[in-house]
Parts: sequence; C-alpha cells; structure tokens
Amino acid sequence: MTAATPSRLPLRVTAAMYFRLFALQGSWNYETLLGTGIGFVMEPALRLLPGGIKGEAYRSALARESRYFNAHPYLAGVAVGALTRAELDGVDPVRIERFRTALAGPLGSVGDRLVWASWLPFCSLVAIGVYGAGGSALAVVGTFLLLYNAGHFLLRAWGLRIGLSRGLNVASALGNPVLRQGPDYIGRAAALMGGVALPLALQRIAGPGRALAGGIIGAALIGILLLARLRERAEGWRIALGVLAVFVLYSVLT
Amino acid sequence: MSLAEALPIGLLGALLGLDVVSFPQAMISRPIVAATLAGAFIGNPAAGLLIGVVLEMIALDTLPFGASRYPEWGSASVVGGSLFAAQAPSMPGALPATLLAALLTASISGWSMVVLRRTIALRLERVRDRLEDGSRDSLLSLHLTGMSLDLLRGALVTITAMLIFSPLVRAIVAVWGSESAASRAVVVVIAAIVAGGALWKVFHSVRHILWFFLAGLLVWSATLVMNQ
Repeated sequence: MTAATPSRLPLRVTAAMYFRLFALQGSWNYETLLGTGIGFVMEPALRLLPGGIKGEAYRSALARESRYFNAHPYLAGVAVGALTRAELDGVDPVRIERFRTALAGPLGSVGDRLVWASWLPFCSLVAIGVYGAGGSALAVVGTFLLLYNAGHFLLRAWGLRIGLSRGLNVASALGNPVLRQGPDYIGRAAALMGGVALPLALQRIAGPGRALAGGIIGAALIGILLLARLRERAEGWRIALGVLAVFVLYSVLT
Repeated sequence: MSLAEALPIGLLGALLGLDVVSFPQAMISRPIVAATLAGAFIGNPAAGLLIGVVLEMIALDTLPFGASRYPEWGSASVVGGSLFAAQAPSMPGALPATLLAALLTASISGWSMVVLRRTIALRLERVRDRLEDGSRDSLLSLHLTGMSLDLLRGALVTITAMLIFSPLVRAIVAVWGSESAASRAVVVVIAAIVAGGALWKVFHSVRHILWFFLAGLLVWSATLVMNQ
C-alpha cells in the first residue's frame, strides 16, 4: 500500500504532536502501559492518511498504535516520530508491529539511565547547592526548573524530530554519544555536586550557629555506609519514615 | 483547618500531583519546587523551601523507573510545605512532625496512583473492542478521563491529608518534648543518610565516582576554611 501523504508534516501537526507528548502518560495503566498514549500523540498525524478520520487506514493505524507499548516518556517521541513516518509511508503493518516490539526496550533503558538516573538527580543537587549557598526561594526553584526543563524540552523535541526524519531507520540514533556516554559524565558531575551541595544545604537546615557537629557528621557517615551496603535491599525513604515516627513518638511522650 | 481553607491547597496539590506522571512531567512536582510553592501560597516561601530541600534529599532515593511503585511527592510536598509554613518557626517539633506527615502522605499518595492505574485499566477493558476498531472518540475519552481522574486523585489526597494532619501536627508541636537542636539534628542526619545512600545506589556503577564525591567534599571543606 502506498499512501498519498506528504513527506514532511505540516507545522501545526508537528506542533500538536509535540504538545500532546507532554500528556503522553495521561492514560498510563498496567495493561497497555504507554500504548494508548502513543495512539493519542500520533492521532493528529494519522488524520493525514487517505480518507481522513473516517478512512479505514486511519482506524487501522490508530488501533495498531494504541496497543501495548513501553518507553521512557521523554524518549517516546523517537517512537512516535518513527511510527508516524512508517504509517504515513504505508509500511507493512507486520513490519510496524515488529519495529514497535524491538524499539520499546532500548527507549526505556536509555531514557531511564539518562533522565531518571542522571539528569534529574544532577539538577536536584544543583538546586540543593543553590539553597546551601544561601539562595532565595526564587533562585532555587528557578535554577531547578530552568536547568531541568532545558534538557527535558530539548530531549522531547529531538526525539520527535529524529523519529519523523529517519522513520524505521531510527535505531542508529540511539547510538548518539549524548545517550550512550552522557549518563557517565552527568553522574560524575552529580557526585562532585553532591559532595559540595549536600553538606552546604544540611548546614543551612541545621540553622545559624549550629554548624554540622562531629556527632551529626559521624552518625550520617555511618548511616550512609550501612545504606550503601544494603543498596537495592533497603529503601532509604521507608527507613527515614520509620526512624522519624519513632522520634516523633518519643518526643511527644517525654 | 476547615474544608474551605483546605480547598485552595487541594487545587495546588491536584495540579502538582498531575505533573508527576500525567501532564506535563516538568518536575514542578519535585519537593524542592512543590513545597516552596505551597509555602508561598501560605505566605512563607522560605519555610516551604526548607522542608522542600529536606524532602528533595529523601526523594532522591525513589526515582520513577518504569512501572515501579514509588511515593508520590507532588501532593505530599504541597501538604508538607503548607503545614510547615503555617507553624511558628521557633517551635522545635514543627520540622520533624511536618516531615513525618509529608512522608506518610507520599506513601498513601503512591498507593492512590496504583489504584488510579488499575481504574484506567478497567475502563480500558470496557472500551477495548472500540479501540481495536480504531475509535478516535474512545481513545480520546479514555485518555482525558485518565488525566481528569489523576487531577481528582491529587486533590482528594491533598485535602484529606490537610484535614487529618493539620490539627495533628499542631497537637504534636504543642506537646513536643525534645529540644530544638536535637530535633533539627535528627532531621539533618536522616536527610543526609537517605541522600548519601541514594547517590551511591544511583551512581555506584560509574567509574571513579567516589573520587568525584570526595573532591566535592574537599571543595566544601575549603569553603568552610575560607569563611572562618
């Protein structure tokens, strides 16, 4: 089947898809994960298929693209773009199904590593550092939101653009140095930032005239070592909740 | 706190809870942002920022990987920020008691997200045939319903938490028995341990990572010396 569709999408369609990417996970569920969201984002472009929204091509493509899919939400634009290109170019549905299956895993793991495990903690630590250095509420929040979303908005736009331009040949884009080596560089920067920012912020939280005393530093170091040894077996926030509950109870009863 | 007082905070919790997953994931739901906004809403952004930083350090431990279950920090940070901003700054129990309320809210709110996702899956089952038939209306309806339910979820969690924890935190702070310095120290130690452990959990596989962290500590030590 050869579809009579434009090779480049109209700007309003691309803009609608980009905006919808931000609502990609609106119907996230344990059955289809991101699947229905992918259909939702692609829908404006699928209207360009022969027959428009009443046509068989549109309905088949929308049904196909709304099935199970998983990816990192920020990198899902790569899949959305590539699948849109494939649908508009009239690629065999069997080939599209195979491509969807193959693309889901890498887009999930690459995105998790780059965004959740690198960029987000790095930006958090920078904002915590601004706080520790005496920054105002506006400075801290502004730094975090501008820095984080510069990466966020660009990544979504890059993914959609690269997907739309390369179609089913998009896999090579995942070899981009930023995606492959970025997490390591950002991780090192985050560790460096953490070494400066955490004690600075903790000092400010402790309050004026209460510099981090030896007891606090010692207890924190022992706790970090214990938690680091436990790694995946312990959730720090749950331990924090338990310890805090005991302390609050003690402070109320004494 | 009356329902009328809790409603505007509930709206903020709804919007920031929506950001966690549904829209737009711009991380305005991160504690450092959400708690500060809630503090500003009450008229005390500095207090919101303080508890926001503590919650942010703890939230580093729970990054939202894939379909994993994690605490929902958006609504919880609104609860923490507004509760702490409403306390007198000199009260020693304000920070630990509010932090406990925020962590409990995060845990319950995380569970509410699981319920929401199951609800959307049930709704999906009901319209599956129409989706398989390529129905645009069914797809848009499912998607917009999911987002609306998420908004409602955030509002309900925030309002319920405010109604429960507002009088509870006030009561705890009134009878608090530990001294101010010790109360702050416990919070500082907890935040330091969770943040440090989280950084190691996330970055331990990166080569030479410990050296970079130690270099950062060296920079911090140098700033201490220079400031004395």
